[in-house]
Amino acid sequence: MKLYNLAHCRTGDKGNSLTMSVIAYKQEDLPLLVEKLTVDVLKQHLEGIVLGKIERYVLESIGAIQFICHQALDTGVTTSLTMDTHGKSLSYSLLELEV
Amino acid sequence: MRIGVGTGFAGDRIEPAEILLEKGNLDYLVLECLAERTIALAQKRKLANNNLGYDPLLEKRMRSLLPKLANKKTRIISNMGAANPIAGAEKIISIAQELNINVKVAIVTGDDVLSKLTDNYDIWESGKKLGDYEEILSANAYIGAKALLDALKSDAQIIITGRVADPSLFVAPMIHEFGWSLDELDKIAQGTVVGHLLECAGQLTGGYFADPGIKDIEGMATLGFPFADIDSDGTAIFSKVEGTGGELSLATMKEQLLYEVLNPHAYYTPDIIADFSKVKFEYLKKDHIKVSGVSAVGKPETLKVSIGYNAGLIGEGEITYAGPNAVPRAKLAGEIIRTRIGHLYSDFRVDLIGLNSAHRKEFRDTDPYEIRLRIAGKTNNPNYASLVGEEVEALYTNGPAGGGGARKNVVELVGIVSTFIDEQEVVLNTLFKECNSNETV
Repeated sequence: MKLYNLAHCRTGDKGNSLTMSVIAYKQEDLPLLVEKLTVDVLKQHLEGIVLGKIERYVLESIGAIQFICHQALDTGVTTSLTMDTHGKSLSYSLLELEV
Repeated sequence: MRIGVGTGFAGDRIEPAEILLEKGNLDYLVLECLAERTIALAQKRKLANNNLGYDPLLEKRMRSLLPKLANKKTRIISNMGAANPIAGAEKIISIAQELNINVKVAIVTGDDVLSKLTDNYDIWESGKKLGDYEEILSANAYIGAKALLDALKSDAQIIITGRVADPSLFVAPMIHEFGWSLDELDKIAQGTVVGHLLECAGQLTGGYFADPGIKDIEGMATLGFPFADIDSDGTAIFSKVEGTGGELSLATMKEQLLYEVLNPHAYYTPDIIADFSKVKFEYLKKDHIKVSGVSAVGKPETLKVSIGYNAGLIGEGEITYAGPNAVPRAKLAGEIIRTRIGHLYSDFRVDLIGLNSAHRKEFRDTDPYEIRLRIAGKTNNPNYASLVGEEVEALYTNGPAGGGGARKNVVELVGIVSTFIDEQEVVLNTLFKECNSNETV
């Protein structure tokens, strides 16, 4: 099933880095998300968008995973030529993932 | 004590702040109006006119809020001063005089560190030196809660600043009201999460959250902004004014907790390095959430500085193709433009809006009815910048069939990079201006 059915997501920007939070609707789904949403899976899914490394933090207390994607905003929010310079809509690209 | 937030960014709506001030029974109303780039743009306005450089909506906001502030205990704290807090305060005083309202404004300065930086400073993002960047427009240090304490000790009802770190705008009144020492790190960390959650205003109450049928939020048109009732240990109960739209739930709080956080175990502000990873959210009743469990992992030794520089120009052009075979016609148009002028630009994009522009690639195969072609090129040459739109417009008679609605645009780019400065280099100052019985002191 799509990640969209199990979790919600919000992105944020810092310079040329993008933060992506994945929050399970149900706490009991967190282990599945931790298993499926590896750094490698994300790297593959966001190939061509995220050019730098990806870091992952698991937050048990709120049933969430935080990804930090480096070099993800086409030189950064202030100088990018892209339409969505902040990467705000990218949260929904993650929700397309099959888990 | 109760702190509400009336703006989450420079362009935010004004009505929720009016409602908070009228019905929120607040001790403090924070108006957070500075994003990363906002202050550099303000610096450009100040360079053009020394009386400007504060938030463009300051006048509109203060005309609305000043009459509602009179005879209330609520104090306003805002970074609407942007690049020019003194001019911003003078503007507030002139509005107060005009409306015949008594008010005292405290101005906190010291964030502008342009004169302190030398070419040798390391640029964090690129590994280059500051001297490698042409035409530096601004350098503003993120100053902390400490900067606001003298202003808070005074009887000023409005405190206006420039680049104070967003959470610090909220932490400062907590330090002031509860008498925390700056070494009570866990309390300041807990206060910092309260400020971090509040700082984007509507994003905590269902704004930027709603997804029809999946994450439904009621009353989006009348979205209310949040406030927090904060205890002397920094734990807080978040809520919003009864009757306003939106929702304050565990889900909205979780999304905002992680927003723009680069490391949940070490969230840096000028005041603290906080650990958000063990935060505890408790649902008390509808639209009431308690937050606790945040502690400190340390204290930063330097302040971050945002440097604005002239990053050249972007030329843009757009045109629409619709109906059968719209995508191939738009793609052909894009190829034509790329062949004609693409080589003139340091960076060049061809986007098909409705197909691949938002995420720079196609996640699904689709056959949209209409496609908007968008061309963008980056350059330092003003002629090349305007050429992008001219060439796109020329597709009318030099491109594929059926293109319509061409638009063109050139924007000046202000880039932002960061460095770090020793806290001792930053000289804080607090000034006062007052409108009293129609007399300015």
